[in-house]
Amino acid sequence: MKLTGWGRYPTIDSQSVFPNQPGLVKSLMHSTEHKHEHLTQIARGLGRSYGDSSLADHSINLSKLDNFISFNENTGELTCSAGLSFSEILRVFIPKGWFLPVTPGTQFITVGGAIASDVHGKNHHIDGSFSEHVSKITLCLASGDAVECSATLNTPLFHATCGGMGLTGIILQATFKLKRIETAFIDETTFKTTNLSETLEKFEQHDAATYSVAWIDCLATGKNLGRSLLMLGEHALSESNSNQNTLHVAPHSKLNMPLDLPGFTLNSLSVKAFNVLYYGKVRQQESQRNVHYAPFFYPLDSIQNWNRMYGKKGFVQYQFVIPKSAGLVGLTEILTEIAHSKRGSFLAVLKVFGKGNDNYLSFPEEGYTLALDFKLDSTLFAFLNRLDDIVLNYGGKLYLTKDARMSEKMFKQSYPLWEQFQEVRQQYDAHKAFNSLQSKRLGL
Amino acid sequence: MQKNILIIGATSAIAKATLRIYAEQNNNLYLVARNEEQLKIIAEDAKIRGANQVEMMACDLAELNTHQALIENVYACYPKLDIVLIAHGTLPNQQACQDDVEIALQEININALSTVSLLTLLANRFEAQKSGSIAVISSVAGDRGRQSNYVYGAAKGMVSTFLQGLRNRLNDSNVQVLDIKPGFVDTPMTAEFRKGALWAQPEQVAQNIIKAINSSRNTLYTPWFWWGIMFIIRNIPEFIFKKLKL
Repeated sequence: MKLTGWGRYPTIDSQSVFPNQPGLVKSLMHSTEHKHEHLTQIARGLGRSYGDSSLADHSINLSKLDNFISFNENTGELTCSAGLSFSEILRVFIPKGWFLPVTPGTQFITVGGAIASDVHGKNHHIDGSFSEHVSKITLCLASGDAVECSATLNTPLFHATCGGMGLTGIILQATFKLKRIETAFIDETTFKTTNLSETLEKFEQHDAATYSVAWIDCLATGKNLGRSLLMLGEHALSESNSNQNTLHVAPHSKLNMPLDLPGFTLNSLSVKAFNVLYYGKVRQQESQRNVHYAPFFYPLDSIQNWNRMYGKKGFVQYQFVIPKSAGLVGLTEILTEIAHSKRGSFLAVLKVFGKGNDNYLSFPEEGYTLALDFKLDSTLFAFLNRLDDIVLNYGGKLYLTKDARMSEKMFKQSYPLWEQFQEVRQQYDAHKAFNSLQSKRLGL
Repeated sequence: MQKNILIIGATSAIAKATLRIYAEQNNNLYLVARNEEQLKIIAEDAKIRGANQVEMMACDLAELNTHQALIENVYACYPKLDIVLIAHGTLPNQQACQDDVEIALQEININALSTVSLLTLLANRFEAQKSGSIAVISSVAGDRGRQSNYVYGAAKGMVSTFLQGLRNRLNDSNVQVLDIKPGFVDTPMTAEFRKGALWAQPEQVAQNIIKAINSSRNTLYTPWFWWGIMFIIRNIPEFIFKKLKL
């Protein structure tokens, strides 16, 4: 079966299995212990990582391992199987008044994937990444044995597994805390900024806001460079909301991108037009509205298969973080390079990260992160290599979950803890059992 | 209104998807399956999703002499059942059934006789209470015997014919008898098959089952296009059909 990540590049022929019980995962490990060394296997969930991190000759798909295991109504502590999706958790728990502690921009990911990617959300500056809310993981090792790990139990294994891209073993279940909400709505404030320094200033001024993110017009140049719509959000309280049923779940979207758009529809002109219109849509400098959680957190989930918009060849997401010290200068240089290339992306998202954590390969660290999609063409990789040099120059790094093409050299320079990570993998024989196209490419 | 629902074969993929929907509607469930560990996991999952009360019993349904006690247990928990879904079964290896008469009879036992036994016990209760729905997962394979799986097909054919008679008998008692005939469903039972366009997900089949129960249907082909496929298969003249490699 042909498999790809969400960006639809690259593609691999892969054999998939769908274990629906933890015992089947364990026996699978026993039966594959003596596999040919050149074959690879990796866990996969809903296939939302963009590049090649869930691609291997053998794919162990955990999406059928999807049970709720226990829930403490007093503390919000939830234990569930790794294949359970965020959308299912929200569907069941929003009506009960609970929300995910951290969520990325799509709800169609699994708990196991969220931990392996150590996903972050719009509240990273306050609440950190998803793994920081995980108190315990059950991991199936290469030997087929299941072990528990946490910040205090098998600590190195825990820090290697959170953000470890599935390379330490197969996550079977996890325990983490949900947070209380009174309504399913978000009080949203949008600021329209005219340039990058104003955007960053506004982020600083509003660093106490629970959620913050900026959509940035990545094709604007000169004095407009970095103009943005900065969106802040707070969970709406019940008294501020007039809707009667305030804890309702959004139905799944019926909108679908039924086919690949021809390559020529996405060009610098159409992207520019989109960006100008999107930026122009908001008239006031500051506006407020009360929105449902779904469009606030998951705007792209409203179009199923939106990845087809980029045509058959697919696209690459490029998300980097640079330290705060690189600041305005670093972001200006990178944005200038992107604007000059005319390879704008529909959604360029800027976010200020809070402090990083102890996970060896976790992406977020204190600084600025920008995420962009680029349609794949023959000159794209050369351009991204140039961006890599700038990012590296400012002490930054790329998000492994979105990566499909970074060099081994870039990875090893920008993730200085990779050697400790590799030691943990070797200690548990994981390097022999779990590999993806990405891990091979990165020299892990 | 909370309903009391008995699900037999609760760990099967279609049953699991169905009971999750019933759990979210805050109903009372009684779950039966062979694997006790899995049964406990599914019961806990149902409670977290919102089931009002979940009872369970692990038992090997191939042991027909346990059925009486099982049904008594169910009624000890819930004095009246609104819905029963019978979903247990196996998909035998046809070649193994041809080679070994014992295997063939075992498969007939689990896929037909155990269902007949359970239905006989349940039908009397439903007849007495004069309401409720009995839903049984049969198969499109029961519509016509084919060389590739006629042991399974014969067992399911027996179940479907039994259900017809039961429906006829219970009509006056206001009891629905639903014969569910799924086509290809992507479940662990069919893990080894290559999946094509005709394959359905258990969640989709579960929604169809609940809709069919709610609308008092007699027979459900799920997904719907299997009605058309089986209409053609049933009507091919035997002198042609016997030559086909189906």
